[in-house]
Amino acid sequence: MKTVRLLAVGWWFQLKMISRSPFEGVGQIIYPLFFATVAFFVFRAGDSPRTLLYASLGAAVMGMWSATSTTAGAAMQRERWHGTLEALVATPPHFALVLLPITLAMSTVGIYSLAATLAYGHFLFGIDLMIEHPLAFCLAVVGTVLSFGSLGFLFAVMFVRFRAAWALGNLFEYPVWLIGGFLVPLALLPSWVGPIAWVLAPTWGMNAIREAALGGTPLPDLALCLVLGALYIALGILVLDRVLGAARKRAALSLT
Amino acid sequence: MTSLRIFAVGGLISYRALFYWLSFWIFVPSLVIAPIFQILLFAYIGRSAGLESDQFYVVGNAIQYAAIPCLFAMTQLIGGEKYQNTLGAILVSPAPRLPLFFGRVVPVVGNAAFVAAFSLTTGSLILGVHIPGSAILPLALVILVAAFSCTGLGLINAALALRIRENAVLSNVLFGFLLIFTGANIPVSELPGWMQAVSERIPFTHAIEAARELVDGAALSSVLDLIGTELLIGCVYLVAGYLCLRFFEWQGRRHATLERS
Repeated sequence: MKTVRLLAVGWWFQLKMISRSPFEGVGQIIYPLFFATVAFFVFRAGDSPRTLLYASLGAAVMGMWSATSTTAGAAMQRERWHGTLEALVATPPHFALVLLPITLAMSTVGIYSLAATLAYGHFLFGIDLMIEHPLAFCLAVVGTVLSFGSLGFLFAVMFVRFRAAWALGNLFEYPVWLIGGFLVPLALLPSWVGPIAWVLAPTWGMNAIREAALGGTPLPDLALCLVLGALYIALGILVLDRVLGAARKRAALSLT
Repeated sequence: MTSLRIFAVGGLISYRALFYWLSFWIFVPSLVIAPIFQILLFAYIGRSAGLESDQFYVVGNAIQYAAIPCLFAMTQLIGGEKYQNTLGAILVSPAPRLPLFFGRVVPVVGNAAFVAAFSLTTGSLILGVHIPGSAILPLALVILVAAFSCTGLGLINAALALRIRENAVLSNVLFGFLLIFTGANIPVSELPGWMQAVSERIPFTHAIEAARELVDGAALSSVLDLIGTELLIGCVYLVAGYLCLRFFEWQGRRHATLERS
């Protein structure tokens, strides 16, 4: 119960802070709209049978991923810069319970981005938002947010040794947009990309959202998305223990 | 002579000191790898949507990505002084403003041209886009002019950094704006009339068009008008940027807000 409370309070606290940050809050909502606009124009001008709704959903999830990838990589380092890392590491609960709500809050901001992109496409480009399975769609969005937050957690602990962790987080924005099949079907990409896409939770999250919206079977994709998210957390905890152990041994926790 | 020294040495030192992306661990992910993925993303979106060829996206995105160093570096080189608490010392110095500010432009142009040229070369090799040998030197000229032109916009952005706090958000917004309006990914003819009108008046649009024609085999002489227009746009933005800098400097002195961060 204490663990759930810690996660919930941490998530809410971080979400409020991020929402008031122009870069992480407002910026992360506006920025994906530019990419969405390009996607809408390209799909409208092209001769592909894929619909504008297909593009709209893809662009919306692109925004969700942006909200996580650009900030989560530097989540742990941000605490270091603020001078709060040592205090947080020294608290009795496992540090993963402190860090995970931070990256979950970052991915939750992605829901703003999703809603903004879908509304933007509807009002400016006249894209009809017919969701076939509304309940499954909502579940798919929540599942995708959780898995994005988990992947962000893994990024945060893996990049902590790099001073420029934010740059590495940024680096993963375009590749995941491409490999995750957000706007490009995996069949169009080289075959060796397939296995990489399969181990990325965003691929399954995108599939689940699209299946729920366009009419299909989203639950298997959603399940895979959640399983991968859980694996990222487990892997993240293992890495985190190693990183913190090494930092304590070398007294390097607060080094920037 | 002093002005020349401020222009050359001052510009280079401030570039090395303030543009912190020069670190290998930031430069490579942000300015070497990211543009390649932007090219791949839009080339595959184009394939998925059935619009235009790989060549269209490689050329468009390689040049458009030069906006990242142009916008962010210029902001760092001038707005960064504010965060280092050195802006006041710079502005009370008797150094003439023209070489002081324009000296900072030159390294940015060089860096942006490198990013665009590298992206164009690598993107072409990955996607198998053929660039005729005769087009290489004219393309280098186009890239240099495009980098200069966008650095003018970067100077306006840098001037705004003297007034507003969220430079990174503004730079991202300008980058996104250029992504849509310059024809890097959407043929300009597919844009609504008002967007086409805007497109004609911003950096990159004419350079991208010229570069596409050169890659298609056109001679340099046939795109000189486009290059000239791009150069003119760059000059207009550069002058506007300089005037904005002087205006915000004056405003900052008047309201004691120079070092507000």
